[in-house]
Amino acid sequence: MNATDKTWPWKLLLAVILIGVAAGTWGAVQRIDYQWRWNRVPQYFAYLAEEARKVPFDGKVTAIVPQGKDVLVTLVAGKSEKIVLTVSADSLKVKEGEELFAGDTVGFEKSWRLGPLMLGLWTTLWLSAVSSLFGLFLGLITGLARVSKNFTIRWLALLYVECIRGTPLLVQIFIAYFFLGTVFNLSRNVCGVGALALFAGAYVAEIVRAGIQSISKGQTEAARSLGMTAFQTMRDVVMPQAFKRILPPLSGQFISLIKDSSLVSVIAITDLSKSGREIITSTFATFEVWLLVAAMYLLVTSLLSQLVFYMERRLAVSD
Amino acid sequence: MIKAQNVVKIFSGQSGVVRAVDGVSTEVAKGEVVVIIGPSGSGKSTFLRCINGLEAFTEGHIIIDGVDLADKKTNINKVRAEVGMVFQQFNLFPHKTVLENLTLAQCRVRKRSKKVAEEKARMLLRKVGIHEKADEFPSRLSGGQQQRVAIARALAMDPKIMLFDEPTSALDPEMVGEVLDVMKQLAKEGMTMMVVTHEMGFAREVADRVIFMDEGKVVEVGTPEHFFTNPREERAKLFLKQVL
Ligand SMILES: Nc1ncnc2c1ncn2[C@@H]1O[C@H](COP(=O)(O)OP(=O)(O)OP(=O)(O)O)[C@@H](O)[C@H]1O
Ligand SMILES: [Mg+2]
Repeated sequence: MNATDKTWPWKLLLAVILIGVAAGTWGAVQRIDYQWRWNRVPQYFAYLAEEARKVPFDGKVTAIVPQGKDVLVTLVAGKSEKIVLTVSADSLKVKEGEELFAGDTVGFEKSWRLGPLMLGLWTTLWLSAVSSLFGLFLGLITGLARVSKNFTIRWLALLYVECIRGTPLLVQIFIAYFFLGTVFNLSRNVCGVGALALFAGAYVAEIVRAGIQSISKGQTEAARSLGMTAFQTMRDVVMPQAFKRILPPLSGQFISLIKDSSLVSVIAITDLSKSGREIITSTFATFEVWLLVAAMYLLVTSLLSQLVFYMERRLAVSD
Repeated sequence: MIKAQNVVKIFSGQSGVVRAVDGVSTEVAKGEVVVIIGPSGSGKSTFLRCINGLEAFTEGHIIIDGVDLADKKTNINKVRAEVGMVFQQFNLFPHKTVLENLTLAQCRVRKRSKKVAEEKARMLLRKVGIHEKADEFPSRLSGGQQQRVAIARALAMDPKIMLFDEPTSALDPEMVGEVLDVMKQLAKEGMTMMVVTHEMGFAREVADRVIFMDEGKVVEVGTPEHFFTNPREERAKLFLKQVL
């Protein structure tokens, strides 16, 4: 008997449950009066922007040269002033030889732009990436400090970790922005990244500490008994072994940081969730936008999980 | 070579204060093999660990090749490079191959080039009889093989002294012999050795001197013949009756 024989009833059950949940949700939504407007959504990913091209001075159109979908309009005033404007061919409003005044519209230039959802996603991504990097650095140092022999260093690290882990991230972001930001005159991005990095750092520190302490004391003793210094022992013996163990919780921490980064929207950083909120104020497509925003977070986090899963398998060689 | 003077090691934990080593004095000459025996908890391991500074002793002096470990100016890493240690649990580096286990400290501490270190490593692996496993990870080796690698790893540093803390206690019985053979060979070559072991056969055959410890103190010292046939102390007699 093979495995698929045994699991198919459970797969069927899973499918039935999922369909049931979907149908239930659908039914519930039908009962309230909500107008779905999915067609309004794509423009928030990318849109065709039209920008008016205007004449900067009084002058005359001397040439109109087609170039693909666009035309190049050459304007001349007097002897010295000359300008070439690019506009989309179907929006051209002037003829060759026409006299124009400053401020007249020659036509529109059309180009694809990323919509607010994509810009927000980008903000979320770089914000998480930069804070993860700083958080990793901070966490490594703090984690090592947590197992230091020096009392002061150990307690400083412990205090930092406890303060961060004992307070909500939202409050930390407020403190970073309204208190530290004001006192030290920091921009909101610096405050956002700083708060997230400090937050991640405390959790990374605990992961690193647990990883180091999970490596048996015998490893350190063996290395030290060979005459290796404490630093060499940490670098060549303990950390490489600890790293393999901390990779899964570490990546989990960074994946949650992507989600937690949505809280920086409270200090008006336009990340993915803030973009979502802004779009809703102009479209009232509340359901669609939040569902999409959630899907986008989910996409990013699950891609990352896959990547980590792949890396873990590669690392599992020596055992 | 090793001179211990009135060494005391006190552990103070939640469960109170333990005098794990309580005034041990002994001397080990160059080329001498000293076996330490005694009941569990008598402080054998602790004393051995004091000798290479894995445990900082509370009182007394340990002088190795003229260097006093109690002296704050002593560079303990330099001393340790001269004192090899073999542990009960092997403690090989699991993320490194057998060869890398032997070359790491050579390169880091002795500052040897990779090539020189590898040559030395292969020579030692041949000596302990596992050169064909050089590129395996330790987890692929049997216990006896791992312990021989651990001995080779310590020897790679060209130590003047070798310390063994129950090197065969974690092994399956059929593997004990292969490790003891390596140790006997080493003793024959004139290595200075201190061995904590429950292998009385080994003590009888190889030891120049047997030290019997109990409750942190040296209770009796003597040649194997004297110790195994005619011990003076009651405690030693009792112990021997249990283990022999
Ligand atoms: N790190 C420690 N902290 C507190 N007490 C310790 C520590 N290490 C050893 N001891 C205590 O010191 C005493 C001596 O221990 P030690 O390990 O040296 O004995 P041993 O002779 O090696 O015994 P065994 O044959 O079981 O290995 C014991 O009472 C033990 O509980
Ligand atoms: Mg012991």
